[in-house]
Amino acid sequence: MAIWLDETSKILVQGITGSEGRKHTARMLRAGSKIVGGTNPKKAGTDVEGVPVFATVAETIEKTGADVSVVYVPPAGTKAAVIEAIDAGIPLVVVITEGVPVHDTTDFWAYAKSRGNSTRIIGPNCPGIISPGRSNAGIIPADITPQGRIGLVSKSGTLTYQMMYELRDFGFSTCVGIGGDPVIGTTHIDALAAFETDPDTDAIVMIGEIGGDAEERAAAYIDEHVTKPVVGYVAGFTAPEGKTMGHAGAIVSGSSGTALAKKEALEKAGVRVGKTPSETARLMADVVRSL
Amino acid sequence: MDLFEYQAKKLFADHGVPVPSGKVATTPDEARGIATDLGGRVVVKAQVKTGGRGKAGGVKVADGPDDATAKASAILGMDIKGHTVHSVLVEQASDIAEEYYASFLLDRANRTFLAMCSREGGVEIEEVAATKPEALARIPIDPLVGVDATIARQIAVAAKLPEAALDGATQLLVKLWEVFVRADATLVEVNPLILTGDGRVVALDGKVSLDENASFRHPDHAAFVDVAAVDPLEQRAKEKDLNYVKLSGQVGIIGNGAGLVMSTLDVVTYAGEEFGGQRPANFLDIGGGASAEVMADGLSIILSDPAVKSVFVNIFGGITACDVVANGIVQALKIVGDITTPLVVRLDGNNAEEGRRILREANLDVVKPVDTMDGAARLAAELAAAAA
Repeated sequence: MAIWLDETSKILVQGITGSEGRKHTARMLRAGSKIVGGTNPKKAGTDVEGVPVFATVAETIEKTGADVSVVYVPPAGTKAAVIEAIDAGIPLVVVITEGVPVHDTTDFWAYAKSRGNSTRIIGPNCPGIISPGRSNAGIIPADITPQGRIGLVSKSGTLTYQMMYELRDFGFSTCVGIGGDPVIGTTHIDALAAFETDPDTDAIVMIGEIGGDAEERAAAYIDEHVTKPVVGYVAGFTAPEGKTMGHAGAIVSGSSGTALAKKEALEKAGVRVGKTPSETARLMADVVRSL
Repeated sequence: MDLFEYQAKKLFADHGVPVPSGKVATTPDEARGIATDLGGRVVVKAQVKTGGRGKAGGVKVADGPDDATAKASAILGMDIKGHTVHSVLVEQASDIAEEYYASFLLDRANRTFLAMCSREGGVEIEEVAATKPEALARIPIDPLVGVDATIARQIAVAAKLPEAALDGATQLLVKLWEVFVRADATLVEVNPLILTGDGRVVALDGKVSLDENASFRHPDHAAFVDVAAVDPLEQRAKEKDLNYVKLSGQVGIIGNGAGLVMSTLDVVTYAGEEFGGQRPANFLDIGGGASAEVMADGLSIILSDPAVKSVFVNIFGGITACDVVANGIVQALKIVGDITTPLVVRLDGNNAEEGRRILREANLDVVKPVDTMDGAARLAAELAAAAA
């Protein structure tokens, strides 16, 4: 099973002919992902790494049955790319691109909503999604961890890799990087809900960071709806107020968006929160051993 | 990026939002010239990116050019909540009949935009929201629809603005929305929005935050950067395309990935508690590549900070293998030259063993490899304390 991505997923790459698209197409292929096509209206008919390039998303779907799109197009073209994917009716779009204007993200989110949210959007500014041993859509290294029964959802790329690495002896069902922008498609809550009903997931790691109140809302959701054990980590306890820490959304504004508030909300919901990534991994290891 | 009031009002005026006539001055003489041109009573307003300047004495009415010169002279150089006043806005005094509030902003939680409007203006809006939530209208704006005259009027009516202000407020809100969208703002706020004695609705103050991710389509926004306020090290990092934030501690930090670096700051702070409160000196995310050149740029910026007594290089090899990073560190040290500041290096993940071997065999005195993040943070804090 895993969530949202498995061995049956047929992936298309928007921006396959760019340097990032090309590089990661090769990596995803090596990881065993089924990459069925890519798009570039000017280079239709050519191929990249043996993957055929089509003019549009709609044509790629028609010819290949693609059901996941990974977007590597630069920020100026991201909104149009996502809207094209939504219009073509693809069920899942993974937006890797960093630096997308927040008005563009808000626009394509509103557009997805107006079309009945039939397309799940992950990102932007995210590392993507991997179901180890099954499929990989994005830029997460495929060889960190084997398949297992832990689910992971995270705002941060490298912390995701770190956690996958520390828990590689147990393995993961699916790891989802939801991205560090102020407005994102798929949220912690969406992933928690999917892991809760996924028969292949026994326990969940949730990684958050300063900014916004997504973690607090996830905590409330866990309290109400999640029965599987959840272990959490929040980055940015020592971040100064009013400074953006790398991710566009990682900013403490006044007294809101602090790591402390997030940690307290999660603990109140029964989530064990680690003080460091390693301690968080140890907490999860204890949970898995006790299952 | 937050704008000064005078910059916000320039944007407002460019999009047809009514604002009082005025200009910015950096000396009392300039203020005199502007007051002379405007004629009559003027207001001299400190330009600082913080609230509460009125209470701090940063806003004064002046009767004419002489008085404006005196008021500007008193306000320039003032300290308002840690912000030094380098410029004042001199503008025509307004005949204020009533004060309201209006803003458009990004609503992160609901992934949409929000209009906020209130009949209670000129006071802290957070206070209105807390004490009289019914007085603050909050209306979600569909990005696909935007704000036309009909929606603008609904906002003004929901805020219970009086009949006399409805037409003016409606027109102003439509223009203000144009500023919000066309400038790629995450906030446009007018507090107070005023009704004048002769029935006009005017933006008496302006606050704007712009989305830096959108700067590629707004080359003109570069002029808004307050160069004087940018930390020189942050400026140098920006020129090298590095994501650096200056902090106040002693342990320099280099890492790959924003989340990992934020986490590194926390772990160093915890470890530093044992060593007399050693803290991180900076945030620096060198991203995925971690080439020798990027590493050298990062190191040279961090080592330019005289407060730095040790450096913690925290790399998780994902796409980039640790042997590449290790070679990058060895070469970077050749580029940077002789350094005495110890470099605690933790390499983990992709090809970590090989990376550690390269560092060991390079046999560099200043490089101290440690296998775990927590252990490395502890050593970096300990070395910083020992060097203090």
